[in-house]
Amino acid sequence: MTAGTTVIAPPKRPSAVKWLRRNLFSSLGNTLLTVVSVVVIVFVLRSLLRFVFVQADWSPVVQNLRLYAVGTYPIEEMWRVWAIVYMVSFLMGVSAGKARGTTLTFAGAMGIAYIALALLPISLQYLSITSRLALAANTVLIWLGYVFGARVPFKGRWLAVAWGLSFILTLVLLGGLRNAALLPAVESGKWGGLLLTFLLALVGIVASFPIGVLLALGRQSKLPVVKAMCIVFIEMVRGVPLVTILFMTSILLPLLLPDTIRIDRVLRAMLGMTLFAAAYMAENVRGGLQSISRGQYDAAKAMGLNNLQTTVLIILPQALRVVIPAIVGQFIALFMDTTLAIIVGLLELLAVGSAIINSNPKWLLLDTEVYAFIALVFWIFTYSMAYASRQVERAVGLGTR
Amino acid sequence: MNSTRLPGFLYRKGVPVWRDVVVLQWTAQIISAILVIGFIYFLISNVLSAAEARGLGLGFGFLNLEAGFPVAESVIPYDPTRSFGYALWVGFLNTIKVAIVGIFLATILGLIAALARLSTNWLVRSIAGVYVNIIRNIPLLVQLFIWYFAFFQQLPPVDQSLTLPGPVYLSQRGLYMIGLAPAGSFSQWILFLLAGIILAIIAYQILFRYQLRSGRSTYPLITGLVIFIGLPTLGWFLVQGAPLQVTVPELGRFNFEGGLRLTPEFAALLAGLVVYTGAFIAEVIRGGILSVSKGQVEASRSLGLSSTQTLRLVTLPLALRVIIPPLISQYLNLTKNSSLAIAIGFVDMFFVGRTIINQAGQAVPVFILIMGIYLCLSLVTSFLLNIYNRRVQLVER
Repeated sequence: MTAGTTVIAPPKRPSAVKWLRRNLFSSLGNTLLTVVSVVVIVFVLRSLLRFVFVQADWSPVVQNLRLYAVGTYPIEEMWRVWAIVYMVSFLMGVSAGKARGTTLTFAGAMGIAYIALALLPISLQYLSITSRLALAANTVLIWLGYVFGARVPFKGRWLAVAWGLSFILTLVLLGGLRNAALLPAVESGKWGGLLLTFLLALVGIVASFPIGVLLALGRQSKLPVVKAMCIVFIEMVRGVPLVTILFMTSILLPLLLPDTIRIDRVLRAMLGMTLFAAAYMAENVRGGLQSISRGQYDAAKAMGLNNLQTTVLIILPQALRVVIPAIVGQFIALFMDTTLAIIVGLLELLAVGSAIINSNPKWLLLDTEVYAFIALVFWIFTYSMAYASRQVERAVGLGTR
Repeated sequence: MNSTRLPGFLYRKGVPVWRDVVVLQWTAQIISAILVIGFIYFLISNVLSAAEARGLGLGFGFLNLEAGFPVAESVIPYDPTRSFGYALWVGFLNTIKVAIVGIFLATILGLIAALARLSTNWLVRSIAGVYVNIIRNIPLLVQLFIWYFAFFQQLPPVDQSLTLPGPVYLSQRGLYMIGLAPAGSFSQWILFLLAGIILAIIAYQILFRYQLRSGRSTYPLITGLVIFIGLPTLGWFLVQGAPLQVTVPELGRFNFEGGLRLTPEFAALLAGLVVYTGAFIAEVIRGGILSVSKGQVEASRSLGLSSTQTLRLVTLPLALRVIIPPLISQYLNLTKNSSLAIAIGFVDMFFVGRTIINQAGQAVPVFILIMGIYLCLSLVTSFLLNIYNRRVQLVER
């Protein structure tokens, strides 16, 4: 530090008393509000703790963890689910090693979560030693992946390719192959629980992406007929509730297709989710397209690029970068919307809960416990995803450009 | 370049047709239109053949047939001998009922939560933040299940019902509370009420414009309020007997008598929708209020406006411009989400539609009807929103 510069001390953190006075007791009204709030908080916390640790009977939850996780997926094929989970954990670790920042925090949280799950204080009867070890193995894999990603230099593009491949591999592993001895087909009716919830949302968002981009481009296009058709599709889908679309694909689709084509129930629901997501995706992408300045188009034209080249090489890469946060938000919304699949008879997480309650007369009145557990599971996933995406957004400065 | 000239009709203004932008664009459009229309034709022909094979009609004639199924609750008189069309109308009115009450309550809840989130009190701020962050991250359907199966279904039987201040009675039969029942003279009185509302708005507008033009204080708000309250009060005494009567629920031998009853299904759906949408509305309102820059408020104070005038004439108009579009789309979301009623057995339009599909097998026309109605609701809303947006944008420039 050179002489002559005066160093201004950073503002001191206010003392506890000052903080309290400023934030809780600044006036009579405020003091009153504080007192009322404290009473409310104490009351809610007390009833909540009493419910969780004393009153509640968690047996329909702890005795059926596997059902919540994978539904009725056959036990002898469970290794496939584990393989997928391992794959995701490893890739998560590699991404964390490569990207650091929020991804690292997220991966770390995942590692801790797996350890916590492995150490769940419930009877070994309901969560066996092997399952606990398998859960803990994920933490090791995340760590291994992290070391790999941090030490081994490779292009970030390969990571994206690996994630893409892992998605396809997931579908192949879960569904199996027809006439394969090692990987016999598991019909989709047996997929369930959190597995199906994730799958519906993932397939929905992945499949809706290209359709959404095309629709958005179509809506922006100068060709009146194409534009009109895209607008009609987008506004029609966005104008009706998701339930009606799911119902349409589950009841009407068999009527709309010739008798020779039979699509099973899960695929029909996936189709419904995809159509629904595509319309919203189109609107998100349109937002990105509109954020590109005219100058980009003019510059591309001046470079001698034709319309197709301009779109693919100049406009889309920039537009899609801007809409990543919106797509993450849409994925979270879609993840929550998968619960509607219960209405067309799929066995996703919520449906598993409702089936468990009705499966045992002892559990008939334990709706609170089961649905509270399901709400907690959803909350953990959606809140952590939303939190991570907000952090990434802030770090990258996306959306503020 | 033009060494080999092709026949003249292949050129337009000297450009060969396969290079002519207009021709290429039209070709692309025609091809895509043919593809889409062909696909739709393929679907329709399949439906027709499937309908023929199963002996189902595709017309809307079935709407006049007798419905034959009961409907648990209805705004208008209904019995199973009425037609399918009438049953659908009953369902539509139920959807509208839950939407209107839900929008009203969710707005109040959202406003309270938004103000709480902006409070200077740290505890109040945190409670509201926890509410918003918990509710927005749990699927609505899970919340509806909790409200219905874990709360309303597990309430005590009628003779042991919980009594909340009000009095509000909660039991397995639903929620009973003090209500207002229209009496014979209600239909006359409602005219006074409507006239009061319309005249109050007109008077406010005229006086407010005059105040802006002349600069003299004309008290538009107070005059409007006086008309709004005065006319219905006048009408109350002019019509024969009181138009509204207070009814208090009283426990009879088997059930409550009198009072306003909400069925468990309606109450659960309403509670779920209000709590869920309220959290989103809170964020919308908070964002809108935060979007008004501090300079605007300071500038208006330095112009000599009082703090209420600042709020009414500067902060609110600026904030509302940001708030209203997403607020309306939340209202629309609430209306569309009310279709989840089917999962907990509230008889809304979609529920009736599904019952008709099960009974009469008329899947295609029923779907066209229901989706058409939802679509109309959203298109009308977005049309009005566009008009509003255009208006506030013009104000800006």
